[in-house]
Amino acid sequence: MLRAVGITKSFPGVLANDRVDFELRRGEVHALLGENGSGKTTFSKTLAGLYAPDAGTIYIDGLATTLPSPRHAYAAGIFLIQQNFSLVERLTVVENIILGLKEASLSRRKHNALVARIEEESHRYGLEVDPDAYIWQLSMGERQRVEIIKALYRSARILILDEPTTVLTPQECEQLFAGLKRLASEGTSIIFISHKLPEIFAVCDRVTILRAGRSVATADTNEAGMNPHHLAEMMIGRELALSTREAARAGGGQEALSLENVTCQNEFGRTVVEDVTFSVRKGEIFGLTGVSGNGQRELAEAIAGLRRRSTGTVSVDGRRLVSGDPEDAIRAGLAYVPEDRLGTGLVPELSITDNLVLKTAWNRPYSRFGFIDRKAIKELAAKLISDFGVVGQPQTPVGQLSGGNAQKVLLARELTSHPKVLMAGTPTRGLDVAATEGVRRLLIAATESDIGVLLISEDLDEVLELCDRIGVMYKGRVVGVVERDRATANSLGLMMTGMSA
Amino acid sequence: MIRLERRLTTSLWLRLVIPIGSLLVAFLIITIVLMLSHVSPWSTYSSMVSASITSAAGLSETFVIATPIILTGLCATMAFRMGIYNIGGEGQLYMGAMAASGVALELKGSPGFVIIIAMTVAAALAGCVWSLIPGVLRALFSTNEILVSLMLNYVAGYFISYLIFDSRSYWRDLTSAAGQIYPIGKAIPANSWWPAPQIGNTGIPLGLMLALVLTIASAILLRRTTLGLKIRITAGSVTAARYAGLKVRRLIIVVMLISGALAGIAGAAQVGSASHALDPAGVEQVQYGYAGIVAAALGAFDPVLVFAGGLLLGAITSAGSTLVGPSFPVGLVGTIEWIVLFSVISGAFLVNYRVRWRRRGRGEEALLADPDATSVPPESEQVLGEQPYLSTSAQVTRGG
Repeated sequence: MLRAVGITKSFPGVLANDRVDFELRRGEVHALLGENGSGKTTFSKTLAGLYAPDAGTIYIDGLATTLPSPRHAYAAGIFLIQQNFSLVERLTVVENIILGLKEASLSRRKHNALVARIEEESHRYGLEVDPDAYIWQLSMGERQRVEIIKALYRSARILILDEPTTVLTPQECEQLFAGLKRLASEGTSIIFISHKLPEIFAVCDRVTILRAGRSVATADTNEAGMNPHHLAEMMIGRELALSTREAARAGGGQEALSLENVTCQNEFGRTVVEDVTFSVRKGEIFGLTGVSGNGQRELAEAIAGLRRRSTGTVSVDGRRLVSGDPEDAIRAGLAYVPEDRLGTGLVPELSITDNLVLKTAWNRPYSRFGFIDRKAIKELAAKLISDFGVVGQPQTPVGQLSGGNAQKVLLARELTSHPKVLMAGTPTRGLDVAATEGVRRLLIAATESDIGVLLISEDLDEVLELCDRIGVMYKGRVVGVVERDRATANSLGLMMTGMSA
Repeated sequence: MIRLERRLTTSLWLRLVIPIGSLLVAFLIITIVLMLSHVSPWSTYSSMVSASITSAAGLSETFVIATPIILTGLCATMAFRMGIYNIGGEGQLYMGAMAASGVALELKGSPGFVIIIAMTVAAALAGCVWSLIPGVLRALFSTNEILVSLMLNYVAGYFISYLIFDSRSYWRDLTSAAGQIYPIGKAIPANSWWPAPQIGNTGIPLGLMLALVLTIASAILLRRTTLGLKIRITAGSVTAARYAGLKVRRLIIVVMLISGALAGIAGAAQVGSASHALDPAGVEQVQYGYAGIVAAALGAFDPVLVFAGGLLLGAITSAGSTLVGPSFPVGLVGTIEWIVLFSVISGAFLVNYRVRWRRRGRGEEALLADPDATSVPPESEQVLGEQPYLSTSAQVTRGG
């Protein structure tokens, strides 16, 4: 159905794709597997008409085709769903779906027909979403569904999903996989880009492996002898296991962070966090998990002082924090790695150096009498850049760094503030294996210096491999806290959907 | 197909060549306009240059006019750098002029330097009061500071006009012969006129020296102080600023106060060096405050370059006023001024963006109409050096 031969694309200094060969059959889910930087995204953008290849040919239905623009790709039925969704947050689901199409203005009757159709399609593929909701109200998982439905509404024949599961919970993943299989069985071809091996076995028929810009191999996932271990070796050329950590025995340790009856509202006055009580002990990793959009983000903001609490108290090392005052939380010793790395945790336009002193520039020795001591800051930056292995110059704006590097800058700053508590929101999202490993090791190292770590993550594997205790959020409440030894992905998954385990 | 790409880095060479090239283009266009108007371009240019730069009197006049423009330019720069659009420099300048002239009249008999210092302080405070209004409204109620500060320009303008034209106020000259024929402001004491030490035959006004000091102070503030870093953080992301524990509301007010004080001092300089009285018609005619915003844009909101931009605007304004005569209508002066500004501002755009021509069909162009086409590389695969230019949403595509 689609065949790409010898696709080559270079950017100044980087050969992103080097003679990539790829073949997609009708009705298959075909994985594109590779580490970050292996050229998966570049290749998918080439297929979607966003990049013009320097060499190579794309055949669609056997005909050599050029895709000079996304429009041409749409016309050929190819839709790319990127990691950063291209939805207009201030429009509703329906409006986003018809955006750019002829029926862009709707009569009431047409609107209702469209809503019915969206509901029907989304129900059919298990990709439920409220057609009249605004995009900003939706979780990342729901937004992804909107993207898929939008593509289907434009009669997509080939769907390209770029790392679709990074924003999903296990249950959402299951639903997505079921939907994708259903779509494939009805003749849609799907290119599934990922670097997570279990997913590939869960949903894909075949897999093409990219390494350093080249297509290394294409294999059938059902083939004898195919297993994650084998694929991993092909992907990275060697084996890399992620750090895990034994659960500490329960009981010991003072409370580093404690929450009592915390309740808060979102911007529209709806209660999104309700009566949350739990505590994180020194030297432990407490995992907080749940389907995205169940109040985790708002709770993190309430703890960090970015959001006012309507009731309840938050204490760091026994000291009560003032509601809605981030500075007070920082002073009390709360380090916070927010979910939104660029834009909240870091200022993209500012240099690595400036970002490293984002919270401390006004203290000695980095400034005196309001004047910045550039020498002191430069020394700090040089030290942290080498200690944490950040790839970049001190003057490089962090917006130009890769996700893993940006996260290193953020963690470097937070961990050197000698915190009592480290709160991290989905710190490994979107990072490749090596960068994920780096972040995990830093979290583990933090516990060794007696920091209480609150890890907010939707990645159950991560939570189960790192945490001592795990709390599950559902509809703004913590519906249960379990010791890791007694938790399984299944039991947590059930709690995440509101059923008690 | 033409497309614009943002440059990641701009060489010093380009920073110098582009403004000079822009001026050459401007003068080419002006030459055509002048020839069409049956005015000799060469005599016009020579009188412009001599009226603003080469003659000592002309250069002195340029400096006097440029001073308030530079100061209101700094006013715009300080606020704009944080993403606070204070376009109320005009009104803040009026209030500064009012306060400065009032204080000078009140302190009649005191030593000159005392009056001059008092004028400056009073004008700065008056500017602060006027900028505090949009600042507080913005900080506490998220009111649009552009509208509030713009509207307050009119309030201030009508207020000083009222003081001179429609009332028998303290500021109005009711006794002198001239004052009885036409409403004018009371002249401030002669010893409070701002001195302009001569270098050669050219006077360097005290206000210009003050503006230079404040330019350097602004540059240091933005680059070397914690306040400057706070401004840059807030400009980059308000969320990140709150996250870092900054009190964003307080910061908005502080920045508006600094901004307003600079514009207020511009008013004092205007009274002290140019009108020597509260002169509503005079200050309103030049529109120093708006010219200051243009100077700030010309200087890319970098204080030192804003100083240069202010001097250029001062020269054009001062040259323009001497050109006007029986054979040279006012409208033509305005045309010349704005062609120069237009060219320089367009040129400044080229410093940050490059224009690329490409055959249609070579792909890679992102169509503006396509929401899917904003090709921001996903962060996980964005490698340093992979993207030569940041693709921005400002990509403009025209059919080719």
